[in-house]
Amino acid sequence: MSAQLLQFLLSGLTVGAIYALVALGFAIIYNASHVINFAQGEFVMIGGMATVSFIDAGLPLPLSIVLAVGAAALVGLLLEKLAIEPARNASVVTLIIITIGASILLRGLASLAWDKKIHALPAFSGEAPIALGGATLLPQTLWVLGVAAVVLALLWWFFNRTLTGSAILAVSHNRLAAQLMGVSVRRVLLVSFGLSAALGALAGILIAPITFTSWDVGVMLGLKGFAAAILGGLGSGPGAVVGGLALGMIESLGAGYLSSAYKDVFAFLIILAALVVLPNGLFGRRTSERV
Amino acid sequence: MVLRLALLALAATLGFSVQAQPIRIGAFLAVTGPAAFLGDPEQKTLELYVEKTNAAGGVLGRKLELVSYDSAGDAEKARTYARRLIEQDRVDVIVGGSTTGETMAVVPLAEAAGMPFISLAGAVVIVEPVKKWVFKTPHTDRMACEKIFVDMRARGATRAALISGSGGFDKSMRAECLKVAGKHGVSIVADETYGAGDTDMTAQLTKIKNAAGVQAVLNAGFGQGPAIVTKNYRQLGIAVPLYQSHGVASKQFVKLAGDAAEGVRLPAAALLVAETLPDADAQKKVVVDYKRAYEARFRQEVSTFGGHAYDGLMLALEAMRRAGSTEKAKVRDALESIRGYMGTAGAVNMSAQDHMGLDLTAFRMLEVRQGDWQLVKPGH
Amino acid sequence: MLLLLPLALPNAYTYEVAILVGLNAIVCVGLNLLVGFAGQVSLGHAGFFGLGAYGSAILAARYGWPPLAALAAATAATGALAWLIGRPILRLKGHYLAMATLGFGIIVSIVVANEDRVTGGPDGMSVPPLSVLGTAIAGEKTWYWLVAALLVATVWVALNLIDSPRGRALRALHGSETAAQAIGIDAARHKLSAFVISALLAAAAGALTAHYAGFITPAKASFLHSIELITMVVFGGMASTFGAVVGAAVLTTLPQFLTVFKEYEMVLLGAVMMLTMIFMPRGLVPTLEKALAAARRKPL
Repeated sequence: MSAQLLQFLLSGLTVGAIYALVALGFAIIYNASHVINFAQGEFVMIGGMATVSFIDAGLPLPLSIVLAVGAAALVGLLLEKLAIEPARNASVVTLIIITIGASILLRGLASLAWDKKIHALPAFSGEAPIALGGATLLPQTLWVLGVAAVVLALLWWFFNRTLTGSAILAVSHNRLAAQLMGVSVRRVLLVSFGLSAALGALAGILIAPITFTSWDVGVMLGLKGFAAAILGGLGSGPGAVVGGLALGMIESLGAGYLSSAYKDVFAFLIILAALVVLPNGLFGRRTSERV
Repeated sequence: MVLRLALLALAATLGFSVQAQPIRIGAFLAVTGPAAFLGDPEQKTLELYVEKTNAAGGVLGRKLELVSYDSAGDAEKARTYARRLIEQDRVDVIVGGSTTGETMAVVPLAEAAGMPFISLAGAVVIVEPVKKWVFKTPHTDRMACEKIFVDMRARGATRAALISGSGGFDKSMRAECLKVAGKHGVSIVADETYGAGDTDMTAQLTKIKNAAGVQAVLNAGFGQGPAIVTKNYRQLGIAVPLYQSHGVASKQFVKLAGDAAEGVRLPAAALLVAETLPDADAQKKVVVDYKRAYEARFRQEVSTFGGHAYDGLMLALEAMRRAGSTEKAKVRDALESIRGYMGTAGAVNMSAQDHMGLDLTAFRMLEVRQGDWQLVKPGH
Repeated sequence: MLLLLPLALPNAYTYEVAILVGLNAIVCVGLNLLVGFAGQVSLGHAGFFGLGAYGSAILAARYGWPPLAALAAATAATGALAWLIGRPILRLKGHYLAMATLGFGIIVSIVVANEDRVTGGPDGMSVPPLSVLGTAIAGEKTWYWLVAALLVATVWVALNLIDSPRGRALRALHGSETAAQAIGIDAARHKLSAFVISALLAAAAGALTAHYAGFITPAKASFLHSIELITMVVFGGMASTFGAVVGAAVLTTLPQFLTVFKEYEMVLLGAVMMLTMIFMPRGLVPTLEKALAAARRKPL
């Protein structure tokens, strides 16, 4: 394989891993509530920015990470309690507007609480690039991929082997039946939002050494994460990851071989084409509509 | 007698009220949004210096009043706010327009209303062709290109690669560089671009690395893109010199790019190396004063963009002093006749054909060494 | 009411805001047909707006077409494009449809921002003023009457459409697509026509905006603008034509009032969006209508 192609693939892997983590957050919330949380990108932003603040205040990196993830989870819980729960019977479009409003609100608060500058986080294990067959890879990318794999495994265990996880899955399949079985839908929603927010924050912290973080870093990442989640099929965890990686690869190869200016256009065109052929995404479940 | 006293009193109060009427400085800046790091320091600078000027007694015996709006980098908002400044707030002069898009949308309004407008945006199209009522304070992107090409030639490089972002500044500078490269004997052998929120440019840089005979690379951009480009540059081990644009002339860029920024050169205003300028440098006092005042008040690193706002405001006030009034036509004429004014960007010599007034000496070539700026001495 | 408004507008700036409200309202009425009545989702309508605007701008500025012809051509071309991509896209449902429209909008904004030789790139391009049979339409008052007239026409068309058999078919679709098909309604055809009509209106409003402002930038085709448009429709009240107009009016003028809050503008905007959607999920006008109806029913 030529060194150039290898480099493009590795770049695609780096970017794809980032999108995959964000997409997972979308998938979890959608699974539980059938709501697309357009504020997901903001959780990514909070993770990165909060960690920067804690580090600036003198705390060591691991503690800062834990606190930042906790802070984001708290915001996620508040969002669910104050915004989603009161509107749980609203239409899809209304819920979309609510979460978009939430993302605008969070961004506004972030620009006030922090500043409008761009911030960096130190790479976890240094910046020395790893050479691989003529191409190079950043160690941080391995962190992103590694953590993503661990998170996926943990989520699988959580959803399939624990009571709370099974409850969340039950609600996503059939809310009424789950309620009849004694599942508290409210609690399920809270947990999913908190979990999703924590995940988003973790993603933000992992990628900040590569992409930097700022008050509005969530906009583009949220959009691409949403696209990846849709591509993979809404509600499918593995689908989200595959969708993210695929999106990253398409962008990188598009930039390398076609036109770097239009790589985003290729990515979206391919997503559109994929949706036309597979209206529920790559791994999405076929839904049936009750009349 | 009583009547005369009353009339006198009336005239005095009228005269006094005219005098007491503040001079209104209008501004529309991208304080939030994607160009926030342009508009935020600009807004702060205008507020600070309006305050300082008022503390020192104002201009023409009148206090200054700042009326500013946040256009968030959106040209249509900029237009609506500019119209509001002209029609509703009735300002005397407008200092604003953080980005070229916002500025160009407002130009027809300023021209039609006869409102002196000092823009804080970079593209050369703002003052070329010259418009009667529109001036600008920042260096043009064309000047940045020329300064870089001159330095490239001095180091023996004649074949260069371009990499730029998709924003207005990036594209404008890229177009200008392509235009003037030939004039300086530099040929562009590769031309790559990246998107606004992109997180990895190794694909584009790999193409550049493999392009035949590349001797130097120019990154025209601002925001986090150039920082990522710089890091990727080192990651890929590209050996030829890297030049950035004045769009990232800030300590923030150096901090973000970290060790990767070592050896990167860019053209910038003397403001960045204010304290290390030789005492004989004509610009030293202005930039050191501004830097100290800004950093003392806002506890933030000084920014060249804030410096442009400072120059804009000072030029406007200077023009009012010379004209002896705030009558728009007189102020405009006075602005056009300013010569030898020293600002944070450099020496300003306006004329009827040149509504920016800076020349290539206003830009200094800087190099990043150990996380700090260093002036590049000519011939190095 | 449109006739009385000029009495309250003191200067050109307020006229400008009124004109922008009118133009936004035209788009919203069209978008409402798609979202409110036909029950579809579109997160990319700014793409149609931008295509209409840039199409007209490019034809008029670069190719010297008379502005009116440019406007008509750009609107028609956008409608044709909507017809072409509508069929495959409208087979998608819910969030997948949202993604497809979102992708469309983003593709348009990227293309427009990149082709700087034709479109002037991210910094935008100048647009010649609109002129009918040689005389330029200039001045805020003239534009105000023009836009007001067009808005009235649009609302009239929309109301008639909704009450027609076609409109009833659309509303049946909204209730349940499967059920509607079961009684013989061609879902695909009706969804497509709502899509195309809303695209035509968006494109026309886009072209008008471009000629009015004399300048157009890619921001008008951006995701953010799509969100603004759909928020106006949902805020004002889906499935309510007057709601769409009210939504456009409130959300266009609100930022002008929020400027005093400077730093907090974004926070307040987000908060307003959230609070109104949480407490008035059906939108402003239907909620008010319901409240009025309930008040009237109270025994005297």
